[in-house]
Parts: sequence; C-alpha cells; structure tokens
Amino acid sequence: MAILVYTEHWDGQFKKSTFELVSYASKLAEMADAQTVALSIGQVDEDNLRQLADYGADKIITVNQANLKYLDNQAYTSVIQQVADQEGADIMVLAHNNTGKALAPRLSARMQAALGSEVNQLPAELDPFVVNKKVFSGKAFANVKLKTDKKVLTLAQNSFGIYENTQEPIIENFEPTLSDEQIKTQVTDVEKHRDKLLLTDAELVVSGGRGMKSPENWDKLNDLANELGAALACSRPVSDEGWRPHEEHTGQTGKIIAPDLYIAAGISGAIQHIAGVSAAKYIVAINNDPDAPIFEMADYGIVGDAMQVLPELTEALRKARS
Amino acid sequence: MKILVCISNVPDTTTKVRFTNDNTQLDTNGIQWVINPWDELALTRALQLKEDKNNSVESVTVIHVGGKESEPTIRKALAIGADDAIRVNAEPTDAYFVASQLAEVIQQHDFDIIFAGIESSDYNGAAVGGMLSEMLGMPSISAVSSFELENDQVRIIREIDGGKETMTSQLPLVVVAQKGIAIEPRIANMRGIMMARKKPLNVVEPAEKDSMVDFVDFELPQAKPPCKMVDPENVQELVDLLQNEAKVI
Ligand SMILES: Cc1cc2nc3c(=O)[nH]c(=O)nc-3n(C[C@H](O)[C@H](O)[C@H](O)COP(=O)(O)OP(=O)(O)OC[C@H]3O[C@@H](n4cnc5c(N)ncnc54)[C@H](O)[C@@H]3O)c2cc1C
Ligand SMILES: Nc1ncnc2c1ncn2[C@@H]1O[C@H](COP(=O)(O)O)[C@@H](O)[C@H]1O
Repeated sequence: MAILVYTEHWDGQFKKSTFELVSYASKLAEMADAQTVALSIGQVDEDNLRQLADYGADKIITVNQANLKYLDNQAYTSVIQQVADQEGADIMVLAHNNTGKALAPRLSARMQAALGSEVNQLPAELDPFVVNKKVFSGKAFANVKLKTDKKVLTLAQNSFGIYENTQEPIIENFEPTLSDEQIKTQVTDVEKHRDKLLLTDAELVVSGGRGMKSPENWDKLNDLANELGAALACSRPVSDEGWRPHEEHTGQTGKIIAPDLYIAAGISGAIQHIAGVSAAKYIVAINNDPDAPIFEMADYGIVGDAMQVLPELTEALRKARS
Repeated sequence: MKILVCISNVPDTTTKVRFTNDNTQLDTNGIQWVINPWDELALTRALQLKEDKNNSVESVTVIHVGGKESEPTIRKALAIGADDAIRVNAEPTDAYFVASQLAEVIQQHDFDIIFAGIESSDYNGAAVGGMLSEMLGMPSISAVSSFELENDQVRIIREIDGGKETMTSQLPLVVVAQKGIAIEPRIANMRGIMMARKKPLNVVEPAEKDSMVDFVDFELPQAKPPCKMVDPENVQELVDLLQNEAKVI
C-alpha cells in the first residue's frame, strides 16, 4: 500500500507548500503503515528531488516527456493514475491550488476515488475516513466521510505545517503511455510575474482597501511591505477600479490565502473579503471607523487614519529591527 | 456552436449560516438563494459571446441538478438571458453524484463548450467541473480568467501559480471559470423577467447514480478573542505585540 503525493514544481524548484504536502502525505502513510511515493512531472535536478525525502518521501518517481511540458489536465491525470496503479496507491494527495483543483476531481472520477477537497488536517482514523474542510467560504467547517476504498485529497495551503522526516529515497523514472494525440489543449504563451513575492506563498501580507483613497497612496503600503518582506494584496473594489492588478484581490471571488500575518488598511471587512483571509493566523486592522466589521475579525486593531498610521508603523518596524 | 452553463444554487454570500438536527443540516430558514457567483460570471460571458455577431453561438443553455425549490434560481438565469434550461430533478448529494447526473444529460446533446464555476460558494467542493469533464472524456481547462472565441476557435487565459497561460483547445471543452471571465455579472431587467416565464425549463428525472462522500456534520468556527486595540499614537506597541506575542515577525 502506498500514499501517492503529486509534487508540483516551478521551473525545477519546489516551494514550501510542496514540502507541507509531502509532510502531510508521510504522516498519513505512517497512520496507514504505507510508503510515501512522490511523483514529479518535468525536469527537476536530483538535488532538488532529494529535498522531497527530507519530508518523508520514501520513493520519488519522475516523469520526463516532451509532451508534458505544460499542464494538460487529461494527460496529467492519466500519468498520475498510471503511477498510482503501478505503486498500488490507495490515497492520492495534491495541493489545493489551481493545479490541484484542476487534476484532483478528474483523478477522483477516473479512479472511482472519493474526493476530499481542501482538507485541513489528518483524518482521526482510516476507517471511517473522515476529513475536515472549510465550507460556506470559511463560515463553517464540515466533517466529510469518504466512502470508497480509494481516495483523493487536496490539502488546504498553510494548514498543516512542515515536518522533517529524512528518508534515503529510491529515485525512479517512469515512462507513461501517452501519445501526442491524447493532448487536446495547447499553451501558446506564458506570462510570469517574475521577481514578485507570490501572494499565495507569502507568510506576511499587507493589504489595502477603498479607504486608501487613491492608487498614489499605495506607496505607504508598499513601504511597509518592503520593510516586512511582505506581499501586497487588496480588496475587490480596489482591483475593480484598476488601482491594483487583479491578481492581488483577496476574498471569496479572488485569492484565498492563509498567511501568518494579514495587515488590512482601509478595508471594511465585508464577509466576502474575510472569506479570502479568515485562515490567516493573525489579522491586523487599521481603520478610522471604530465600528468597521474588520475589528470583529482582527486580532490587533488601530482606529486611525491609515495615511498616518502606515508610515509610523513602517518607521517603528525599522527602528525595532535596527 | 452551443454553450452550456452549469449552475449551482447557493445561499447569498451575506447569509449567516446555522445548522439544525445536531449540526447535521443547514438551517435554510430565511436564506436567499442565488446563482453561484462564478456561474453567474460564466453565464454573463456566454451571453456576451452569443451577442457578438462575429461568433456563431446559436444558444446558451443552463443546467442544474436540484429539486423544484431551486427553480427560482433557474428562472433568474433565464431572465438574465439564457435561452433554455434543464433541471435534473434530484437532491445534489455530493459532487460525484451531481457530475454523474450532468454527464448523463450532456451525453444526449451536442454542446461545444461547457462552463462550470471553479467552486460552489456553499460546500466549496471545487469538484464538479473536473469530474464532469473526466466522465465525458473531454479536455478541461481550469482557473479560466478570460475566454474569447475567434472563428469558432477558443482563446483562453488560465491563471497558474505565479502567472498566466494563454491557451487553445480542441472542442468540445469544459471550461472551469473563475474571476475575470466577466467583470460584472449581468442582472435581469424587467423584459428579461417577463420573457423568462415563457422560456423552456425542461425537467428530467435522474439516472441511478451513487455518491462517494457523506457530509457527517458541521461546526462553526471558534469565536475569536476580542481584538486588542492599540493606540494610534503608539504604533510601537503593535510592533511589540507582533514580535513578542504573536511572534509572526
Ligand atoms: C458576490 C460578491 C462577491 C464579492 N467578493 C469580494 C471579494 O472577493 N473580495 C472583496 O474584497 N470584496 C468582495 N465583494 C465586495 C464586498 O462586499 C465589499 O464591497 C468590499 O470588500 C469592500 O471593499 P473595501 O473594504 O475596500 O471598501 P469599503 O467597504 O468602502 O471600506 C472602506 C473602509 O475604509 C475605511 N477608511 C476610510 N478612510 C480611511 C482612512 N483614511 N484610514 C483608514 N480607514 C479608512 C472606512 O471606514 C471603511 O471601513 C464581493 C461582493 C459580492 C456581492
Ligand atoms: N447542483 C448543481 N447543478 C449544476 N451544476 C452544479 C451543481 N453543483 C455544482 N455545479 C457546477 O460545478 C461548479 C463547481 O461546484 P462544486 O464542485 O460544487 O464546488 C459550480 O460552479 C457549478 O458550475
């Protein structure tokens, strides 16, 4: 028996979220007295692959085929299924990011394996297999029982933690059966946000809402973000107005994030906004209205003018660090 | 070209959720039901494509798996502009069951493009679109934030972690839509509401299908401790709290 974890990489590099995923899979494998098998598709050098073993991967399977350069949902699903079958995997674990959301449901239907999506912890036991997940955009949690022998899980980001558990891995190459005709989607252009700290990866996030008044005032948020090494985010009206790019918008209809710290300046705290950030470990609210709903969600609050508070906070941080 | 939009019926996003029967069921009292926000955006985009005379979109159909009580939501989709609707008369128990019912109906038609939303805002499954495409043996593209048609060819932008990819695909195709596919959802006007009453809403009986998961019970998040207020004249205190109490910086 094995737990198969699909480990995505970005230009040959894994991220912390990948190590969290492997940590989760290997704890699950411990419960099931099974092997942890990591699958990596595409070119990753051996040193990087070996990192997966630091978090508990017993076996690492690589697939390198020219027609798998870009994510094609059907092709990747087929590869994961072929590897799962070869390894006798009963549980497949993926990240709950855009790639995982694209592949996990397909894999579930293909392998008749119940899908537990966006799970945030280990099941208490393997039989019955009950996982916990957020529902109603964070307004509640559900315990969900997966009724089939095989299972597919996607893990909510930043929900489990990273645990070292070094193994001496077996690294193997796998040749899937996959012809070019089976690939029906093509990528014609790629645009990467280079050198930018990704909102979904960031541990610290500084965010602004309509209370920031105009795009010019983003300097104040930017300075704070630079001082902290934080990523920038915003509320939906801010991106709708074109003050900030769409990929920075957090909330129910934007990015769902789970940083350690979320600083919200000039954001009222509408329920749809909170849906994207409720998993943050700490929320700081800066708002000039003491009755703003954001204070109900925040751990720390300052009632004041963001234009004043932000530069002072940046300055105080600078002092504290020097 | 024929477009299908899958819609789920969800509580309005401002709903306060409560549960009954030992936290095993959603308390539906007083809930306003709406079209799932992403489905509303996908529908809006589908209608824009149909109106653009450079395309050959003949029709936009909506489909929903649910009981009779969800018909007002379906009528709303018709009022916004869908040409016709299909309701599979079954309780949507889990994503697998819903996708199986949808696949069963879709196989009897010839849709070129099938839209689903990235997730339902109620159970946040993020599952039906992907499962459906697998069952139909169709390609799928997920996290789609832009969708164009040119000479019946699709040009799609999908969001990836850290960037965007421009894509094409063979048809038929399942498109899993997220924010950006349309900016503002279209709202129904009076004429639309009048016309919706006469548009076909076909009810089909469900096929024999299983579910793969059960929702055992629900819990509300633990109440947060009250917010600690810091004097705006003393932001240094906030830095201290973040460093020494929260230990996040
Ligand atoms: C279906 C649906 C989905 C939605 N999805 C999202 C989503 O994903 N994300 C999202 O963010 N919104 C979303 N919304 C919109 C949401 O309901 C709110 O309208 C939005 O979050 C408000 O943004 P805001 O807090 O920036 O602006 P406002 O609500 O206008 O709040 C501005 C705040 O700034 C404060 N302020 C003003 N001046 C200052 C100052 N000088 N210093 C400090 N504070 C100041 C004010 O007191 C106020 O609290 C959605 C809405 C719907 C209906
Ligand atoms: N009962 C349903 N009937 C029709 N389509 C649905 C239904 N439930 C979900 N969908 C579609 O699947 C998408 C994702 O839903 P979910 O997998 O439930 O998060 C939704 O945005 C809809 O497009």
